[in-house]
Amino acid sequence: MAVVTGAPRKVVETNRVIAPGQTAGAIDDVVNTPVLVGPQRTPAWWWIGFGITLSLLGLYLVSIVHLITTGVGIFGNNQPVSWAMPIINFVWWIGIGHAGTLISAALLLFRQPWRTSINRFAEAMTIFAVVCAGLYPILHIGRPWVFYWLMPYPNTHGMFPNFRSALTWDVFAISTYASVSLLFWFIGLIPDLATLRDSAKSRFQKLVYGALALGWNGSAKAWQRYMRAYLLLAALSFPLVLSVHSTIAMDFAISQVPGWNNTVMPPYFVAGAVFAGFAMVLLLAIPLRRAFGFEHLITLRHLDNAAKLMLATGMIVVYGYVVEIFYAWYSGVEFEKYMAYNRVLGADHWWAFWALIACNLLAIQPLWFRRVRQTPWALFLISIFVSIGMWLERFVIVVVSLTKDFLPSSWGGYVPTFWDWALYIGSFGLFGTLFLLFLRLLPAIATTEMKELAHHDAHHGVDAYESIREAYYRGEVRA
Amino acid sequence: MTTAAAGTADLYGLIAEYDTPEQVLAAAEAARKAGYTRMDAYTPHPVEGLDDALGLAPTNLGFVVLAMGLFGAAAGYFLQWYSAAVFYPLNIGGRPLHDWPTYVVITFEVTVLLAAFTAGLFMLARNGLPRPYHPVFNTPGFERATRDGYYLCIESADPAFAEDAVRGFLEGTQPVSVQAVVR
Repeated sequence: MAVVTGAPRKVVETNRVIAPGQTAGAIDDVVNTPVLVGPQRTPAWWWIGFGITLSLLGLYLVSIVHLITTGVGIFGNNQPVSWAMPIINFVWWIGIGHAGTLISAALLLFRQPWRTSINRFAEAMTIFAVVCAGLYPILHIGRPWVFYWLMPYPNTHGMFPNFRSALTWDVFAISTYASVSLLFWFIGLIPDLATLRDSAKSRFQKLVYGALALGWNGSAKAWQRYMRAYLLLAALSFPLVLSVHSTIAMDFAISQVPGWNNTVMPPYFVAGAVFAGFAMVLLLAIPLRRAFGFEHLITLRHLDNAAKLMLATGMIVVYGYVVEIFYAWYSGVEFEKYMAYNRVLGADHWWAFWALIACNLLAIQPLWFRRVRQTPWALFLISIFVSIGMWLERFVIVVVSLTKDFLPSSWGGYVPTFWDWALYIGSFGLFGTLFLLFLRLLPAIATTEMKELAHHDAHHGVDAYESIREAYYRGEVRA
Repeated sequence: MTTAAAGTADLYGLIAEYDTPEQVLAAAEAARKAGYTRMDAYTPHPVEGLDDALGLAPTNLGFVVLAMGLFGAAAGYFLQWYSAAVFYPLNIGGRPLHDWPTYVVITFEVTVLLAAFTAGLFMLARNGLPRPYHPVFNTPGFERATRDGYYLCIESADPAFAEDAVRGFLEGTQPVSVQAVVR
């Protein structure tokens, strides 16, 4: 059971979805032991990470207090750039969240066995990213304490929100997405919580995990309803996740600002969300598999597949950039043409566009090579570039479009303030703190689903091409 | 086990433990064919075909979710139509008050919200969860049921239940053990 030791381990990497010869008990031990050990056996890296994220969370809280006591004037937002860092960061965080839902819902519906070991922490990533995202609109409305005015409810003002506004659509989309993601995650966790309850050593753990497991006993009738409910939740979450980022794209697309008013926005935003989300999945999975010794559960195959999806969605995003510029020319509208010129060659922000191309187009090209897709450190580096690139993309869309729109007399500039950065950097603290607590208190891998996968693998093989692929990668078979 | 007088009243059923899903599947199949109806299997992960082997009726969860989803769609649309066209009419750029295309997004979101929560919460409710106590947890060593043990329990509520006969039947299915489950 001595899994959490710093002793060097011999890692046997595999291209299979799960390393051969996994048993149910072994999966439980490797995943649940780090969760169930006492506080004194928490690994050092966890405390160091927790210290860092907690400090950043402190910065976040200080920023929020300063914002609430002083007002939104502490941000660099101005006229014409009335939407700036808060919206950029909101879209950036929510985009990251989308990969988790796609992994758990879309890959389940498409029966992809490689979803199983990465879905749980990816769903946790989704929820924490949505928390970070959701706080931005609430904080930057100016009077956060009356944010509930955004919801339609009978009130003494006798007023209702404007349902023709994409911002009201957003309120519904984000709150539905947050609550359904949380439900999907918790329903998925119930059998794993029952496993923790039954392997817990201390009375306190038995009580807490027992209460959370709701008395799950794994009866066949319960499993039958559970599997149906899980399938339905997946089928509902898949279109939901597409609708959420499409709605966010419509915040921009249904306005008249050159650079925003574009029908390509919804699909291109969804692709961008998946792109950024898979980058974040890799940023979390690569250290995670190393720290917990999950190399035989989160295998090179997972990294490879995530990298392929990143490459594919990245190229869709780049196609979006091309279409935007093409339509600026093709529309013949002078403002659109100037927007495209200003975005690519304008004196103020040309660097943002070209940095974006460097991150989102050039940096991902090595992913065409299998060797790069299977080298964790290279993937980690590329994922960092992608995360920066996707932030720059939103910067280019939001800020660069607003600085120079129609009348030159109304043009302006934008410089983020200290508090803009503090609230952004601080949000990493919120995300990191929640994620580290999740790693310490809940199983990072869905053990129940892994047991089913291991059983299928032992008896039928999880995937018909598995052995052929293995042989091909070893060089025994040529295509 | 001694069949004391208090025995049958307190007996929830007899439970057999197996090491593999194939064994519990075969045992469930045999139990159904032997005419037992009040029984359940307990497994660490869903086992394909076990509901058929036990003769369980298919779940009707999908219809409930569909009904609630449609209700959500109607409610979401009504909310927008009533507030934007009747109760608090807003003239936005001269557009018609009842402009259904702008209602699509929220109607969809409310549909998904209601359908998803019905799927999750109705499943829990029908499974009787949260439920802190269940007799099957009294089985010694039942912790294996969420790890790597597969169980089949024939309940004393079964019309065909006779303790010795059931014990004999379960022992014939090559279990690791057969134990009595007391309430």
